[in-house]
Amino acid sequence: MEKLQAFTGKVVALPINDIDTDQIIPARYLKVTDKAGLGEACFSDWRYNADGSPKPEFVLNKPEYAGSQVLVGGHNFGCGSSREHAPWALMGAGFKAVISTYFADIFQNNSLKNGLLPIVVDDETHKQLISLAEEDPNIEIHVDLASQQITLPDGRKVTFPVDAFSKYCLLQGVDQMGFLLNLDPDIVKYETEYTQRVNTLEPVEL
Amino acid sequence: MAKTLFEKVWNQHLVKPQMADTPAVLYIDLHLIHEVTSPQAFTVLRERGLKVRRPDRTLATMDHSTPTTPRNAQGIIPVLDAQASFQLDFLTRNCKEFGVPLYSLGTENQGIVHVIGPEQGLTQPGMTIVCGDSHTSTHGAFGALAFGIGTSEVGHVLATQCLLQNVPQTMAIRVDGALHEGVTAKDIILAIIAKIGVGGGTGYVLEYMGSAIRNLGMEGRMTICNMSIEGGARAGMIAPDETTFNYIAGRPFAPKGKALDKALAGWRALPSDDGARFDAEVVLNADDLVPMITYGTNPGMGMKITDNVPNPANFADVSAKMAMDKALTYMGLQPGQQLIGQPINVVFVGSCTNSRIGDLREAAKLIKGQKVADSVRMMVVPGSQKVKAQAEAEGLDVIFREAGAEWREAGCSMCIAMNGDQLQPGEYAVSTSNRNFEGRQGKGGRTFLASPLTAVASAVNGVVTDPRLMVERMKV
Repeated sequence: MEKLQAFTGKVVALPINDIDTDQIIPARYLKVTDKAGLGEACFSDWRYNADGSPKPEFVLNKPEYAGSQVLVGGHNFGCGSSREHAPWALMGAGFKAVISTYFADIFQNNSLKNGLLPIVVDDETHKQLISLAEEDPNIEIHVDLASQQITLPDGRKVTFPVDAFSKYCLLQGVDQMGFLLNLDPDIVKYETEYTQRVNTLEPVEL
Repeated sequence: MAKTLFEKVWNQHLVKPQMADTPAVLYIDLHLIHEVTSPQAFTVLRERGLKVRRPDRTLATMDHSTPTTPRNAQGIIPVLDAQASFQLDFLTRNCKEFGVPLYSLGTENQGIVHVIGPEQGLTQPGMTIVCGDSHTSTHGAFGALAFGIGTSEVGHVLATQCLLQNVPQTMAIRVDGALHEGVTAKDIILAIIAKIGVGGGTGYVLEYMGSAIRNLGMEGRMTICNMSIEGGARAGMIAPDETTFNYIAGRPFAPKGKALDKALAGWRALPSDDGARFDAEVVLNADDLVPMITYGTNPGMGMKITDNVPNPANFADVSAKMAMDKALTYMGLQPGQQLIGQPINVVFVGSCTNSRIGDLREAAKLIKGQKVADSVRMMVVPGSQKVKAQAEAEGLDVIFREAGAEWREAGCSMCIAMNGDQLQPGEYAVSTSNRNFEGRQGKGGRTFLASPLTAVASAVNGVVTDPRLMVERMKV
């Protein structure tokens, strides 16, 4: 996994509450066995008309917001299904961070495992970011995971929470599976002490 | 110190506890997988030269992208969508290569992943169960800690049988009292979600308790735990009791004889201790509940079926008002209107929420001798091949067919609309499934979530209908 670097990027706001993963990537795009094409399908039902043409009024289709790297969503961003295709699609669409007042659990977990940074801010900062992005498509913010801060265009720095382990993994480019694989002796010990409960390979004989 | 059900299960599965700079390492007893959220995880295993650590704790099935159309002359369910076909074949190849047992499309044990676990007796109290599917919370009905994970985590469990987890908070949801006729487990959970909101459970594991929960059978309990995620909760649990043990006994993978006695001793120790502390508590009274229905575009936008659709103008909070405006526009509904009498096009009885034999029996009992309205397409989709076979043995399929409903093969079907079963743009459905998000049941489709009873009553009348009158008439 690549190390997550600090970056400065354009901001686009989609200030709708409870944006669910079915909007981020509709289920019909989940028939892939890789991650190809998910970026193009991101927010598909909000972005495109029935004939496939883009809806010009949808904010992500506006040319002035092209190239945005930070998405500001409404409260409870990413609720719904566990599909990791949601962060894959957002990253495929060019986003490196999503900002909200809070995120749905599974979406947040999935994002952190892929280097899409879920940034939780207070209500006031959230409102300010939405206004800024709506008023000026060219504003940029600086995102720095190491200091856990975003820097707004006026220079104000806002600190955001992130769990220590995810932060370490993202900054060092450590993948979590590797971490778990290194725990093999502990897992073996647990399995040895642990009573067998279920065996999916063969039903219990009467 | 007094412990909750959650704490007991959590503690029993700690390979390593949570530390200041590392999450807990949690051992997983049962890993269920399906075709949609596993392919990329198997690819990672292959790339890294890893094995599936415990194929004997892993079970695969096909459910999401599978058609539910009838079998051909050879008894095979044809998959016409090339991409879905490739995805299903990929699961078959992965399971074969890595030694994972697979219930393939159309075989006798295949079905929705959250229906087959309990049905086979694999879902047991005190277990940790995960699946790349948010409705894994269903299995919590047995006193298991069960939750949905992403594909990266599917890979973690395949390779190590463990997950990295931070300790969640706990919320007690107490439902005392007794349900009235025509009010079901589905109405309880829709009422809970309407109360706490679609994000109200975020960060929590819920434990449902109280006399109304105790009096439910396992299928009703599964319906409730299934939708825990729709309130944002990581998982939902119900303490195991005699109802649980009786349901499990005799199932193919359930412990038997002395092993069962030993298991029972452990299971009986699981319920939350008196005085165990929860981080939050919510209370409902079952006596006050009536059939529930959703009017909006998330499961939190629900109300009593007799209520009127809210008026966004009455919302003080700007973003809540905007969300309500957007939802009503999408749904084509007017502020303040009644939903009873709203014409519908489709009725869907199925999904991991309401596709078990008990759901189908209730639906069949209510529709027997009635006809689905001419303007309505009604689909009945059993949750598994076993449920389908049982229903057919009881003649339920005949009752549904004679009423004018479609009797389909097992699968997720119109709950997820990635398998050919879907609403057309603008169509209204009363659905027993779990999500009414925009486009969830087909692009432009509009979903009213409700119980199987409300679904049947609405199918017969062709409009959204309070099932209580019909239930009352049936008794006479």
